[in-house]
Amino acid sequence: MNSMLQSNTLEPGWAHVCSREDLVENAGVAALIENEQVALFLVAGDEERLFALGNYDPIGKANVMSRGIVGDIDGEPVVASPLYKQHFRLRDGQCLEDESYALPYFEARLIDGGVWVRLRD
Amino acid sequence: MTSKESSTAVPLDTLFLSLDDCSADNPGPWSAETVQQALSAAAMGQQCCIHFHWANGLPDQLPRTSLLTDESLPFTPETPCTLICRRKCAALDPVVWIDRSSGSAHTVWLDDEGVAAALLINAPDALAFFLTETSQLPAHALRGNVVLGKEQWQLTLRHIQREITMTEQQTLIVIGNGMVGHHFLEAMAADERYEAYRIIVCCKEPRPAYDRVHLSEFFTGRSAEELSLVKPDFFANTGIELKTDAGVASIDREAKSVTLDSGEQLAYDKLVMATGSYAFVPPIPGNDRENCFVYRTIDDLEAMQAGASNSRVGVVIGGGLLGLEAANALRNLGLETHVVEFAPRLMPVQLDESGGALLADKISELGISVHTGMATQQIVDGENCRHRMEFADGSHLETDMICFSAGIRPWDTLGRDCGLEVGERGGIVINDACQTSDSDIYAIGECALWGGRIFGLVAPGYTMARAAAGQLLGDDAGFTGADMSTKLKLIGVDVCSIGDVHGTTEGSLTYAYTDQRTQVYRRINTSADGKTLLGAILVGDDTGYNDLLQYVLNGITLPADPEVLILPQLDGMASAGLGADALPPAATICSCHNVSKGQIVEVMDGGELTLEGVKQCTSASTGCGGCAQMLKDVVNAELELRGVEVSDALCAHFEHSRQRLYDLIKVNKYKTFGELLAAHGKGRGCDICKPAVASILASQWNDYILEKSHVGLQDTNDRFLANMQKDGTYSVVPRVPGGEITPKQLIAIGEVGDKYKLYTKITGGQRIDLFGARLEQLPDIWRELIDAGLETGHAYGKALRTVKSCVGSTWCRYGVQDSVGMALLVENRYKGIRAPHKVKMAVSGCTRECAEAQSKDVGVIATETGWNLYVCGNGGMRPRHADLFATDLDDETLIRYIDRFMMFYVATADRLQRTARWLENMEGGLDYLRSVIIDDSLGIAAELETQMSHLVGTYQCEWKTTLEDPEKLKLFRPFVNSDAPDSNVVFVQERGQVRPATEKEKDLIASTEVSA
Repeated sequence: MNSMLQSNTLEPGWAHVCSREDLVENAGVAALIENEQVALFLVAGDEERLFALGNYDPIGKANVMSRGIVGDIDGEPVVASPLYKQHFRLRDGQCLEDESYALPYFEARLIDGGVWVRLRD
Repeated sequence: MTSKESSTAVPLDTLFLSLDDCSADNPGPWSAETVQQALSAAAMGQQCCIHFHWANGLPDQLPRTSLLTDESLPFTPETPCTLICRRKCAALDPVVWIDRSSGSAHTVWLDDEGVAAALLINAPDALAFFLTETSQLPAHALRGNVVLGKEQWQLTLRHIQREITMTEQQTLIVIGNGMVGHHFLEAMAADERYEAYRIIVCCKEPRPAYDRVHLSEFFTGRSAEELSLVKPDFFANTGIELKTDAGVASIDREAKSVTLDSGEQLAYDKLVMATGSYAFVPPIPGNDRENCFVYRTIDDLEAMQAGASNSRVGVVIGGGLLGLEAANALRNLGLETHVVEFAPRLMPVQLDESGGALLADKISELGISVHTGMATQQIVDGENCRHRMEFADGSHLETDMICFSAGIRPWDTLGRDCGLEVGERGGIVINDACQTSDSDIYAIGECALWGGRIFGLVAPGYTMARAAAGQLLGDDAGFTGADMSTKLKLIGVDVCSIGDVHGTTEGSLTYAYTDQRTQVYRRINTSADGKTLLGAILVGDDTGYNDLLQYVLNGITLPADPEVLILPQLDGMASAGLGADALPPAATICSCHNVSKGQIVEVMDGGELTLEGVKQCTSASTGCGGCAQMLKDVVNAELELRGVEVSDALCAHFEHSRQRLYDLIKVNKYKTFGELLAAHGKGRGCDICKPAVASILASQWNDYILEKSHVGLQDTNDRFLANMQKDGTYSVVPRVPGGEITPKQLIAIGEVGDKYKLYTKITGGQRIDLFGARLEQLPDIWRELIDAGLETGHAYGKALRTVKSCVGSTWCRYGVQDSVGMALLVENRYKGIRAPHKVKMAVSGCTRECAEAQSKDVGVIATETGWNLYVCGNGGMRPRHADLFATDLDDETLIRYIDRFMMFYVATADRLQRTARWLENMEGGLDYLRSVIIDDSLGIAAELETQMSHLVGTYQCEWKTTLEDPEKLKLFRPFVNSDAPDSNVVFVQERGQVRPATEKEKDLIASTEVSA
């Protein structure tokens, strides 16, 4: 992450959500941004990566994605639905078991200990 | 007849498939009108009907049915014809029926599902029939023949078929539907040629064939239905006629008929006698007193059960195989049990003196008194018990009930009465073709005498059944004797006997090994040159049985020092066992179903590469199950040969099995998933390995599961310490140990349910489940429950759930121990312990078993003197009756065994493997488990107990810990940046409580709110 980047240099559409401390490493938390439920995943490792997906499980039809287990399939970071265990790619929300399902995904950044999500352009 | 319309040849099924392409402009071989009719018929249903006149003709390919070329048929050009097509039929053989009296005919093409296609000529009734009924009929009913009735079509096609083939079909009567008789029917029905016979089975018992080998399980709860050997609908599907309660009174060989007890007469062409045998009751004066039984049929067992209910002492006369089974049954019924044997040792046929003596020792240890060399002279009134048995040596024994198991005698009366040749000491004499002295009468099983011998085991009986079936079907099959080797677990003691056990072959050499400490006896008899194994006896430990059997059956040359086969395997000594790959293809693996190694390999060559699949295809190991390990070895060896790796990797991130990971974590003292992954795994982990490792870490170190390094590993239920429901809300289950709860606690639970508007339901485990709690409500709910003195119930964890109990001796008139007290002790000891899967236990206060302990992983049932321990039961999808593991334990021993059992399960089971499946997959099964837990054969008992006491000592109520840590409470916020509740959680009312709204209801509620 570029710590020099200042919040005021972000393009429009970015929202400050919470602080880094509110996240749980290698797991998800839910956030409510402009009435939209977003699941935030902090994948720790050599390089820390933040992902933001819709919190609504389109197969289980409930807002639970932030409570799934984070892992990887062939190196690709995924979250497993806590309801029926389908895997969704963290980078683009694609469901790996059924290609007709995908979660909405959003750009997300960690800046100076703050969590930022861009809900729309 | 000719095909006038077209010279283009169109096969029937091509026509069927391409009918959609037909049109009035492109009529194919048909007239435009015919096609039109066909299309309109096709539009009405799935099948296509093509109506036409005889003169319209048919494609050239059709005349494979002879009626199209039969010049003698009285058809006119206007005769109405219909072709019905349902499925492809080019490869099927046509079946033709001609009824000259009514001038109609038809041909049907039959496949496995029934009628695939039919051509009907001048048969309007037949048409209606085929359009409506035949799709409902099973294929076998139609295979071979279908008849056209004059008035209407008969539905009972089996009956019809018989009419048609009456001239050729012979009547085969089978007397007896025991194990062998039924195996004969199965062997017949497995071959299509059996339809040459109308088969009638006369079964004397009220129920068809059941498993007599496992009869003693009737007393441990297996029902008559579960013991049944008849596959569902076997008789309906095969058309074999079964008559129960139909004893045969006599056979008239002149008239070729049998007369039933009811007086009914049945004519036969061929007769198969599978009358079996009856229990021999020695001619001892007093043998007909009340409460004297035999051990042979389910009816006998029911009578014994009734007799045992008002008895304290039971005696079995006869110390053979069945006698010892019967003794075990009496013991399980709670009687003081004695076995009285006339011979100087137990199992005189199968064992020698040393083997018999060792067996007697082991059985005595189990609480059964053994009296050998005792001749009973008479049975008279007893002083303390109902009977007194007086022996030839002047001594006596008092008992309340007596069970005779002094061998079997063939039921040969029917054969004897009709003049068939019988042996001097009974048995209907048969030749290698299983034919009696009347070549139309066969005899199989225990009523048959072959080579001067009665074969009193099921496997040889099965071999005879297959041989007789083969003969009747026109094969050359014969019976040429059978292997009488036996491998048994008698009352938990391994007893094996192979081939020539007594070394009666001339010049044979004997090697024997006795270990009095571990109580093992092994003996082998070899040929004079020491190269061929002739026979063997194993008592106390059946290791090596399969190898020894293969040496005998296949004449495999022995190693230079044959003694290595029976000496204990010491460290550093190469195993002398035969590998599965050393067996020749002809080696019989499963004697019950006569499956050779070659057949198994063949099935695997055909692509069946799983053990379950091989079992299904070959039936191997589905009889007595004695060859299970052997079969597994063969399959694994074959898989290895094929380069198929038998992988037990947990997932893509760990190449190790759960057991191996458990050991790695233990030995290397890994405390986190990260440490383990770095040392032994790859990638980041996944939803399979993370919870599995979290569970192992918890079983090992028992840290708080929401520690920072653990929280991300947990399944959602563990992570939020509650059970997620379909709408994302949670259910809450407080612990109610043993199902005992105070009114105040009930009120507290009620108040919480009322306050948070939760749906409440009583669980199967005697607890109360509160549904519909939102994530953020969980801490508040638990604060109130804990204040009321409740604690977490671990309903969310793969851990001990509940210990169900009945009310026990404190209140119950029948209870013999304090089952609630024991349930509390057990539940409070094991609560919270993480395991490979959930664990359920129960304690019953008497044998009435109201707590249903025998369906639990650990079941405890009170006895007069202590507790009986049952293990590895299961309800759910594949129920399993728990096995009796140990009897009459005191409190301390009971807890010690459960400690060891639980920790051994935790250490060695697969991920998400319940104890039932764990035991089923354990090599050596229950006996091995007993040896580990009770005899400490692995020397790990102390360690298991230490580990358990560590877990017990570090128990914490996870909710209490969570509530004390504000940081952890943050996990339960609905959103990191808002306290708003999830707007998608919507409830509606039903029967006075909430339930999640359906999607439709949610839409309706949303639109109502908008419009309001």
